[in-house]
Amino acid sequence: MNNNELLILAEYSNNRIHPVVYELLNKGQMLADKADLTLSVLLAVPEEINTDELFFHGAEKVYLMEDPKFAFPDEYFYKENILSFLQKNEPEIILTGATHFGRSLAPRLAAALKTGLTADCTELDIDQDGSLLQIRPAFSENILAHIKSNTGPQMATIRYQEFAAAKRDTEKSGETIKIETTYSNNPQLKAVEKLSAQKVNIAEAEVIVAGGSGLKNMKDFEMLQKLADIFGGAVAASRDVVDKGWMPKEHQVGYSGRRVKPKIYFAIGISGAPQHLAGMKEAETIIAVNNDPSAPIFNIADYGIEADLYDFIPEMINKFKNK
Amino acid sequence: MRILVLIKQVPEMEKVKFDSEKGRIDRKSAGVEVNPFDLNALETAVEIKEKLGGEVTVLSMGPERAESALKEAVARGADHAYLLTDKKFAGADTISTSAVLAAAAEKLGSFDLIAAGEMSVDGDTAQVGPQAAEFLNINHAAYVSEVINVTEEKIRLKTSLWQGNYAKTLNYPLLITVTKDINTPRLPSFKDKMKARKAEVKKLDYQAIKDNLKIKNVGFKGSPTWVENIIVPEKIARKGKQYNQDQKENALTDLKKLLQDKNLMEA
Repeated sequence: MNNNELLILAEYSNNRIHPVVYELLNKGQMLADKADLTLSVLLAVPEEINTDELFFHGAEKVYLMEDPKFAFPDEYFYKENILSFLQKNEPEIILTGATHFGRSLAPRLAAALKTGLTADCTELDIDQDGSLLQIRPAFSENILAHIKSNTGPQMATIRYQEFAAAKRDTEKSGETIKIETTYSNNPQLKAVEKLSAQKVNIAEAEVIVAGGSGLKNMKDFEMLQKLADIFGGAVAASRDVVDKGWMPKEHQVGYSGRRVKPKIYFAIGISGAPQHLAGMKEAETIIAVNNDPSAPIFNIADYGIEADLYDFIPEMINKFKNK
Repeated sequence: MRILVLIKQVPEMEKVKFDSEKGRIDRKSAGVEVNPFDLNALETAVEIKEKLGGEVTVLSMGPERAESALKEAVARGADHAYLLTDKKFAGADTISTSAVLAAAAEKLGSFDLIAAGEMSVDGDTAQVGPQAAEFLNINHAAYVSEVINVTEEKIRLKTSLWQGNYAKTLNYPLLITVTKDINTPRLPSFKDKMKARKAEVKKLDYQAIKDNLKIKNVGFKGSPTWVENIIVPEKIARKGKQYNQDQKENALTDLKKLLQDKNLMEA
């Protein structure tokens, strides 16, 4: 039954609702108002949680599914349970965060429902005919495609940090509806365990100091760390130094690493290959230090400094520490 | 072990040109290559074959010229190659593409493991792998960065999900999508390349899979999404301040002021 809803599939992991959910509530509210839909959230959790924060951020309804097996990212288990819910309550639009898990689970749901799914959208709107317009980068971020679906529900995964979070208003409330799970066990999954949590999330830093192949030694990242420490910032790296094993993968910025949007991005000894730019071009301010004046990074820098980084960075640290 | 690897031929992304005025991708501006992530999937499959024995089959959907991508896969260790090519497949989105690939996988027989790259560098969707798994009604593991252990009965994988790493042990049949971290694909030897040149790439058209997939699910008609418009954004350039070797002091002063203005300096 079509129930005139815009449904957000919330990612709940490590005892928290992923922050992209609050961003989707913001964008979702605008779309729901335009298309006259109810804004609701489906949350699958290992144990009962308080859903007030979702209401404070604009959700009108929260469907809550509870099962200890939701403590692990088992796509098949999630899919089976969410699918049986969606077959009974067919929303007009389904949005979910384009996290790894979202991009792994949503395609299965779309295939099972035989409906369209647009990946990794950076903008959404309701068209004149009332349908969902989905805008996404493709061709390694070189183009923006405007996509529509002719099936329902219209589904999209949305990139994290594209939209501001919805305003929090503790006066707001809504209805929580408990949903029974229908699928109790995935016999194909023999074991699942958490190996390691990500130690850093560079995407959340306001200042990022990134090093590239202009660095001569792994140890030189200590110098970048000193600079980052002045601002409580994070150290990052381009792909080539991550490939050398100088920095862990979770610090990699770029097409095959992380996308970041800090207030300040220092690109130190980074030439500016398109794959790297794809990950940082939306930083508020970009400061590039490179001894090669023809390095492409200078085309995108707000402050481009042609200098030997081994002279300039220590001087900068001194200058900044010196009040 | 019977392993299937899904391959896509893509434009050489480093060379392809985009026309921002006309909103077009100039596909003639660049050659084609095997989607880089798919080479990692193929290497994973070949390594498992070397350990446990068995056969690696590669499968692609695309125009006739995609034959060269499959020959390269043979040079890199695949035993059999199939190309799904038919005008009826044209205009497919991820749903239709994965339905066709899944139908062909069924037709070609029961595979224990299907491997694919985490995404293609032209589509950037990462959807075809999980969707093919859904159409085959088998489990999948996405964003696999390591095969921790593999036997004839089961496989233990490291996957990157939920802002962390999880080890999953799964039975076959199974589909995996792999990241670049999983391995470094070997380069084929000259001898391998020569042998691959003569390798046979078997063609499959819609007729070959018609018992496994209805025509309404194929190509443009079987695709629920369509691209209404393409915009090629102007190359972002920022008109920034430039400082040469002799202007270091100015640069330091300006940067300090910038960071103070943004309230990012310690008080």
